[in-house]
Amino acid sequence: MSKTPIALTMPKFGLAMTEGKLASWTVQVGQAVKQGDELADIETSKITSGYESPAAGTLRKQIGQAGETLPVGALIGVLADADVSDADIEAFITQFQAEQAPQEGADEASARASGPQTVQVGDYSLNVQESGSGTGLPVLLIHGFGGDLSNWQLTQEPLAAHRRVISFDLPGHGASSKSVQDGSLTALAASVAELLKTLDIPKAHIVGHSLGGGVALSLLRDQPEKVASLTLIAPAGVGKTVNADFLSGFAEADRNRAMQTELEKLVHNKALIGRKMVDAVMRARRLDGARDALRTITAACFEQDKQKDALLPVLENAKVPVQVFWGQEDAILSVEAASSLPDHVATHLYPDVGHLPQMEKATEVNKLIESFLEKAEA
Amino acid sequence: MSKKSFRQAINEALRQEMRRDPTVVLMGEDIAGGQGGTSGVEDAWGGVLGVTKGLYTEFGPERVLDTPISEAAYIGAAAGAAATGLRPVAELMFVDFIGSCLDQVLNQAAKFRYMFGGKARTPMVIRAMYGAGFNAAAQHSQSLYPLFTHIPGLKVVIPSSPYEAKGLLIEAIRDDDPVIFLENKVMYDEEEDVPDESYTIPFGEANITREGDDVTIVAIGRMVGMANEAADRLEKQGITCTVIDPRTTSPLDEQTILDCVAETGRLIVVDESSPRCNMACDISALVAEQAFHTLKAPIKRVVPPHTPVPFSTPLEKLYMPSAEKIEAAVKSVMSQTTREVA
Repeated sequence: MSKTPIALTMPKFGLAMTEGKLASWTVQVGQAVKQGDELADIETSKITSGYESPAAGTLRKQIGQAGETLPVGALIGVLADADVSDADIEAFITQFQAEQAPQEGADEASARASGPQTVQVGDYSLNVQESGSGTGLPVLLIHGFGGDLSNWQLTQEPLAAHRRVISFDLPGHGASSKSVQDGSLTALAASVAELLKTLDIPKAHIVGHSLGGGVALSLLRDQPEKVASLTLIAPAGVGKTVNADFLSGFAEADRNRAMQTELEKLVHNKALIGRKMVDAVMRARRLDGARDALRTITAACFEQDKQKDALLPVLENAKVPVQVFWGQEDAILSVEAASSLPDHVATHLYPDVGHLPQMEKATEVNKLIESFLEKAEA
Repeated sequence: MSKKSFRQAINEALRQEMRRDPTVVLMGEDIAGGQGGTSGVEDAWGGVLGVTKGLYTEFGPERVLDTPISEAAYIGAAAGAAATGLRPVAELMFVDFIGSCLDQVLNQAAKFRYMFGGKARTPMVIRAMYGAGFNAAAQHSQSLYPLFTHIPGLKVVIPSSPYEAKGLLIEAIRDDDPVIFLENKVMYDEEEDVPDESYTIPFGEANITREGDDVTIVAIGRMVGMANEAADRLEKQGITCTVIDPRTTSPLDEQTILDCVAETGRLIVVDESSPRCNMACDISALVAEQAFHTLKAPIKRVVPPHTPVPFSTPLEKLYMPSAEKIEAAVKSVMSQTTREVA
């Protein structure tokens, strides 16, 4: 509980976000909330996401109005105990806004300056997003099939408090060049190893989602010296099957409406998939070569609904800490595969979560990754 | 990805398709620009629009053809070249000049596939400027897309931004039918992020640029920006609008329009072409016929008066649709709600 008022400010989902729209309040003034309760829905150019309460308390004031667009860091509301006086709340708001005012321009400038960069890695030209610095070992985030670095928009910034965190578009994806060689997990893992070399990172914590989890496992198999720890989110290469209808539907969708249907298969809460997210995915998919790259990967990694790579032995022999996250409503790679994981793997399963735990349960997943990384380095 | 103007986006689409496919050729008046002129500099101009600048230097006189001032000759030549294996992109300069070569489009290019039992392909693109707002007077300011939309066998594309222009032009060049590609002359310097890579935007899929609960606004070409501006202003006043950019008037994405009207129950169509038999009429008829039961208020069209485009600046301004006029139309349909729909 909180005697001093707590400022609720426009969150920053991803490095490119400079402003967000307060789509709606889900909690009324005077209502008591627990930490982690959803207070409001925030809409950005890419995603609509819940704003979770940073603490327990009572929502005392809504400053942002539903429908209003505000810069990142702007005060949208105040949380405090029910017995803090209205006068104290008003004084807090006045003081917060006075302190906040001059910084806004600077924040915006730094957000713009740190957008993704093109990095030449052997034959590939990769779109790479860097953030953070510090004494911890760097983290490399590997997205899944048909995704891009924006899949980490709720992950990258929170992990970057004490260390360098890198996300990138895999070959064939996002704004990276479209050749994927033979499209195998081995070839993609080799490109990841090359990227680490180019960025002068001898060893990193690897976080892989879906196909990116299979890439991470292949990297551990082929170049174990580069891997400090492994975090796998609904990874490929562990189970035997895949949702083949999704693979082709997601790769081939040529209309936003069709893409929306495919993207909704990724999540349990369908409201997470907004028009702008669909549009962003379609923009990447329309680039020449993007669909061919996905077709090549599909042919190399899957035989209809069977996964070609059996990487469970890599996990069984792993000499580094490994943790796995999986949503129990995953409609792409079934959570059943999690039951065959070796005992030394820390496993976190979430009910009412689909194929994107890092977005659907961002706060919890981020906290667990953070403490896992610290433990792995201790 | 970098910021590019509407003009640069179109230039890049032409350049990338010419590099990819040697059968893509350009034809038009002054498109090489300055070639043979008194300055001694080849490719000085890149057409009156400056859109083809640099292409003559890269691709040479065999693929960038300066033509005589005879629209009938070079539009006809483009149709013939398309039917016999090339992919010509002919620049008509002002769309108003279609008067000199309408037969080549209406009775020839548009009919080849049909008249030859589906055995002929005519992969040609006619690019032209359209639209008022530039003080170009009545013979250089028309928005003639309804004329082309009326002709079966043609595809008609009206991009609303640089991103849209590049993707739709590449799609037009790769398409096997004659495509009329219309560029609003006021928009050439508008900028936005456009990918450096080639990409295509399919025909017949409308783009929803805003989502709202109260009114659906369908807007064409340059009108999309005005509709978005009006929607942003109205949102601050508590009225939310869905804005639809059809991208292509032929084929027309009827389903998206009907779906959005079903959600909002109100329709405004913004069209800068002359008001009789224009897209606003066509889309209004579609909704009246197929979605009348979802309408809570009469349909409203924001269109110019039925006159030639005036040259005088104040009169031209009065003639044109604007964000203010769209805003007023939305408020008017909100106040005219005649019935609740279950």
